[in-house]
Amino acid sequence: MLRVEHIYWLVGAFLLVAAAMNARERRWTSAAFWIVLSAPFLFGEAILHANAAGSRWPAQAMGVGVIALGVFAARGGLRTHPDANDAVERKASAQRLGNRLFVPALAIPLVTVLLVIGSKYLSVGGVALIDTAQTTLISLGVACLVALGVGLMTTHASFGRALGEGRRLLDTLGWAALLPMVLATLGSVFAATGVGDAIAAIVTAVIPADSRIACLATFALGMLVFTIIMGNAFAAFPVMMAGVGLPLLVVQHGANPAPLGAIGMLTGYCGTLLTPMAANFNIVPAVLLELPDQYGVIRAQLPTALVLLAVNFILMWVLVFR
Amino acid sequence: MNAWPLLGVAVVVAGFAWRKNPVLVVVVAGLVSGIAARMSIGDLLALLGTSFVGNRVLLLFVLTLPVIGLLEHFGLRERAQAWIAGFRTLSLARLLIAYLAIRQIFSMLGLIDIAGHAQTVRPLIAPMSESAAERGLETQALDANESAKVRALAAATDNIGRFFGEDVFLAFGAVLLIQGFYEHQGIHLEPLAIALWALPTAISAFVIHAIRIQFFQRKLKRAHATTQTGAADVAR
Repeated sequence: MLRVEHIYWLVGAFLLVAAAMNARERRWTSAAFWIVLSAPFLFGEAILHANAAGSRWPAQAMGVGVIALGVFAARGGLRTHPDANDAVERKASAQRLGNRLFVPALAIPLVTVLLVIGSKYLSVGGVALIDTAQTTLISLGVACLVALGVGLMTTHASFGRALGEGRRLLDTLGWAALLPMVLATLGSVFAATGVGDAIAAIVTAVIPADSRIACLATFALGMLVFTIIMGNAFAAFPVMMAGVGLPLLVVQHGANPAPLGAIGMLTGYCGTLLTPMAANFNIVPAVLLELPDQYGVIRAQLPTALVLLAVNFILMWVLVFR
Repeated sequence: MNAWPLLGVAVVVAGFAWRKNPVLVVVVAGLVSGIAARMSIGDLLALLGTSFVGNRVLLLFVLTLPVIGLLEHFGLRERAQAWIAGFRTLSLARLLIAYLAIRQIFSMLGLIDIAGHAQTVRPLIAPMSESAAERGLETQALDANESAKVRALAAATDNIGRFFGEDVFLAFGAVLLIQGFYEHQGIHLEPLAIALWALPTAISAFVIHAIRIQFFQRKLKRAHATTQTGAADVAR
């Protein structure tokens, strides 16, 4: 059975290739960076299993690795390299290959969808070929391989060329590629160290609990601010729900829990549009799209987020207390 | 209650405000929170390590890089621009609003990771947007600042389509998180009951952002119309 772990090994192998290419060019910081980052992909399952079984040194070593990644990132040894083809060559190639260039790019979403839909029927002797718990992620990984195969056939390039170009983009992303992972890690650390509980205690201490609208406004703003700080509405939800939503709105004021939960979560999403902490959505694309301002994507989202925040508040006010 | 772990939040805010390297800021914030909560170094390192491994799904997108890099090397972005230039009627607003709608509908069906900044925005939507925007102008060519804004809007459109579609999908994490939270508190809700309440916000998000895209296009056109008359005035 194909499990998501196999896809992770693929990621780890690609990171090692990128490290080797950097090492050959004597870019030692970049090489070390990608080597350390390949560890959670190559040994992730082993680390988690060992930790669950009581052997903690692999997880602790990984923790040291996370700190090392932070130091490497700050040393700024990660650099970009220009495409070997200049604009004129690319234009000529684009003209020669025409719309065939789109086929591999579109193959990624297309094959993903087909596999997600078809995975139910793909089984040998009653055992599913694709682990049903992680269908989308595994399908995405397989789709990338299929698209790469199609791409190599279309361009008549070598596999090594594709790895080189992939490594060019990876080095361009540099530390920005890693940011989402360390932020999610920080979310777990905040939860484990009681940061959420501390904030909920402060919030409930200062609001007038018998005013419906004050409670609702605190809940909405709390979701927003918390999401902005933590970069993730999922992390904000349990904190605000336990601190304000459940005891004050649902129990005391009789709010309907279903719309409160759904729209409350989406109010947090407005915060996700506004925060550099949600790096994979807001900072990574700014680097990917070569924007001069690393907050360019957030700026483009700001008006939509603020209007939607107001709409969400009105929706909750109308729907929750019916 | 121990309030000292809040120092970690302060580190994040200060670090981002001073524009220190974000990875380092986040790692330091985690260490500060852990130490302030009086965790032992061994526990803290293990917590960092297991959380890091547990979140590795967030780096899965790098698997798209070899094929995307290869296609870009052979002129994918140039081709996307030329292709869109062939449609005389497809304006920036129509392109982005259509993408917003498709992204939202696919997310509602649970097909969340089929599009994204690495998979679709950088190779296709961003160059298409630039070319569609340029075609609608009286005076040719966007300046560097304007084309950066167009690309940023393309990325923003992807985010908004994704975020406000995915919550309508039943098996999505957010819906299950909400259901799980209430279940734990003794309130039983069907996931469908929660997901449907996400619809009003989903529709509002589409309308608000579509209107903003229209405004953006109008502003861009107006700016280029005035620079033309401005240049003519100077010439006279």
